[in-house]
Amino acid sequence: MVELGLACLIAAPFACVYAAGAALLGARRDDRRLIDSSRRAVYAVCALLTVCVVVLEAAFLRSDFSVALVADHSSTTTPTFYKLTAMWSSQGGSLLLWAWVLSIAASAVLYLTRNRHRELVPYATAVLAGLALFFTALMLFADGANPFARLDPAPAEGVGLNPLLRHPAMAVHPPMLYSGYVFFAIPFAFAIGALVSRRLDASWIRSTRRFALVAWIFLGIGILLGARWSYSELGWGGYWGWDAVENASLMPWLIGTAFLHSVMVQEKRSMLKVWNVSLVVAAFTLALLGTFLVRSGILESIHAFGASTVGGPLLGLIAVVVIGSAALIVSRLDDLRGKRRIESLASREAVFLVNNLLLVGLCLVIFWGTFFPLISEAITGDRSSLGSPWFDRYTAPLAIVLVLFTGIGPLLAWRRVSAGSLWRLVRVPLAVAVVATLAVATLTDAIDEPPALVLFAFAFFALAALAAEFWRGAGAQRALAGGGRLAALGHIVSRNRRRYGGYTVHAGFALTMIAVAASSSFQTSVDLRLRPGDSGEVGDYTVTYVEPTSSIDDAEQRLTLGAVLDVERDDEAFALLRPSRNYYASTGAEGTVRGFFEGEATSEVGRRESPGGDMWTAMRPDLAGYDEFIEGADERIERVAGDAGPEAPFLNDLRSDLQGVAIAALAERYESEPVPVDFRVNVNPLVIWIWVGGGIAIAGALIAVWPAPEARRRRVSDVYAARLARDLERV
Amino acid sequence: MIVILAAVAAFVALPLRRRPSASDAGEDPRRAELEARKEALYRQIRDAELDRAQGKLSNGDWRRLDAELRREAIEVLRALDR
Repeated sequence: MVELGLACLIAAPFACVYAAGAALLGARRDDRRLIDSSRRAVYAVCALLTVCVVVLEAAFLRSDFSVALVADHSSTTTPTFYKLTAMWSSQGGSLLLWAWVLSIAASAVLYLTRNRHRELVPYATAVLAGLALFFTALMLFADGANPFARLDPAPAEGVGLNPLLRHPAMAVHPPMLYSGYVFFAIPFAFAIGALVSRRLDASWIRSTRRFALVAWIFLGIGILLGARWSYSELGWGGYWGWDAVENASLMPWLIGTAFLHSVMVQEKRSMLKVWNVSLVVAAFTLALLGTFLVRSGILESIHAFGASTVGGPLLGLIAVVVIGSAALIVSRLDDLRGKRRIESLASREAVFLVNNLLLVGLCLVIFWGTFFPLISEAITGDRSSLGSPWFDRYTAPLAIVLVLFTGIGPLLAWRRVSAGSLWRLVRVPLAVAVVATLAVATLTDAIDEPPALVLFAFAFFALAALAAEFWRGAGAQRALAGGGRLAALGHIVSRNRRRYGGYTVHAGFALTMIAVAASSSFQTSVDLRLRPGDSGEVGDYTVTYVEPTSSIDDAEQRLTLGAVLDVERDDEAFALLRPSRNYYASTGAEGTVRGFFEGEATSEVGRRESPGGDMWTAMRPDLAGYDEFIEGADERIERVAGDAGPEAPFLNDLRSDLQGVAIAALAERYESEPVPVDFRVNVNPLVIWIWVGGGIAIAGALIAVWPAPEARRRRVSDVYAARLARDLERV
Repeated sequence: MIVILAAVAAFVALPLRRRPSASDAGEDPRRAELEARKEALYRQIRDAELDRAQGKLSNGDWRRLDAELRREAIEVLRALDR
């Protein structure tokens, strides 16, 4: 079975080489049959890599520890769900996932364009096949990257999955991010195809725009899930820590957002061609950089799950992409330059340009902050890093202005809007924003945080402007066809999915930014050291440590030490929180009690979520009081094991049993003789709206990406063709 | 391994055994570009109508823009007819 996977992995690069070669030869000879054959070769790569994935997943499910990847990242006690998702916690599995998703996306786009863009598709095929070749070859030739590498003899038990990854969000987060990165390869490949073939009109954009949007959706979901995981699992109290790998996923998302706006300008106005190809190259380069940062371990990150051997080749690929694309763009500058100019600042294209500059500015700031440790080391020899306050200081002003433009853009029409129309469109949202901001300033402490208050004002303006857009659209439809406002709303959204899907994304973004500003500017955070019965004050709340709790999960080899916290507000019960900390038997220290506390520990946050804000708490028991007990237990285990002798049968089982008895005794002692516990208790206003706003944005993007039925598109085209035919007759 | 490579080769080589046909002739890129431009202009005319209905464009602005877009579309249609 495993041999089948390896054979398919070996066959895949051959198919990639053929696909690229046949596509280029087909383009040169204008031979349709060769081009069709190259497309089929890409389908074949997809089929081969699908077999690889199925074989590897089967090995995980069967706990086949003769496969090194399975032995290193799973165990017989790993729950089935996590066995299925363990593949992408490893280097080889991640690379296989990358190549597999790439082959699926490439097959999909080549199938959809099989009868179109005949001049540029062969070059796009060659680029996509080249990328697939790189990743499949990397798996075969880079040290420790082969997902089918064998162990002989196979160990009886596997190491198990990293405890931090045993979270539902973590099971979906990596494939979402990788899919986001990989889908940017499609517009990139078509941009290169367009540049090489000099077919630089907007048709390549129309064929790949949906793939860019799918990439954006995947990345967005991945970023949200990562933030949710960080918030509920890492125990530091936040959802975004400007970690290098977090930033690596945000940068292509920002550039992708800019691209999705600016391609509309090219489609409608035949402008910004140089800018668009540059953005798409930047988005894909940053996607590769994201993969590089996760896999190279070059920057410190909570995501550095293991050393990697593929950093060098990935850096080489990034260099080839950047230098090759830049050379191609420069050589085509004359073809790319447009003749049109922006007619008025009060136009949608002008606002899109400003929004693009803001998004690229944000990306540059984040890029500088992320790579500052490497830059400082190169210049001064000392590696110093920039923390959250630095990122907040420079990104917040740009983000605040961006929120304003989220509201202004949808109000404006293309080309130009007269001053009278502009005032008519702006006055209601402006009035709503002023009233809402005054209310917030009066009723809350927001006046103490002017940047947050300004952001609230801009976000209120954006939300009101977007609501007015929906209202006006439904009104116009009712005036035309009658019926109820809700039905009219459904009608205009389904007829104009891209426009209203986009507006929904803007509304979700504005809501998310309100929540980000509120939760970061008005957070109350207190560290408390409590024993059972002790209380502490956190803002308006009184937190009492009621009792310690403990549990043991034999299957997962996990000890959980927890606490029950009673939270009161104004002497009334508010919440009962149950934070805990999980300790796992660590590899390399099997059969010892100390090993439980030297390995990876995870936090389970105690949280009460509500629309107004979250009461959030994480805990860390001070286990120093048990040092004597732990040392004594380990000495006894060593003594009994020593008495049994190194040749004793079932020695490992004996040690394991003794360790289990000692851990059970420790758990009991934690409840009967509790130690002080360090709690971090946060009151985070409006956090829940980050997830709600993110969900709304994703829903909006799904509306926008969903294609209108072909029949309806044709009907619309026929209507306008008939009107213009009448115009032609009149001319 | 050999079986897999043979299966892949057979699948990939299928189009090569086909005789060249009229449908293999490449599309006319100029025509494809004009068709794409025409569709884009139809969409813009439709968007402008929606913007007028919603009050984003005054009647005067819309008339000017609509005439401009129609003129461009007619030029594209004429080019397609040539």
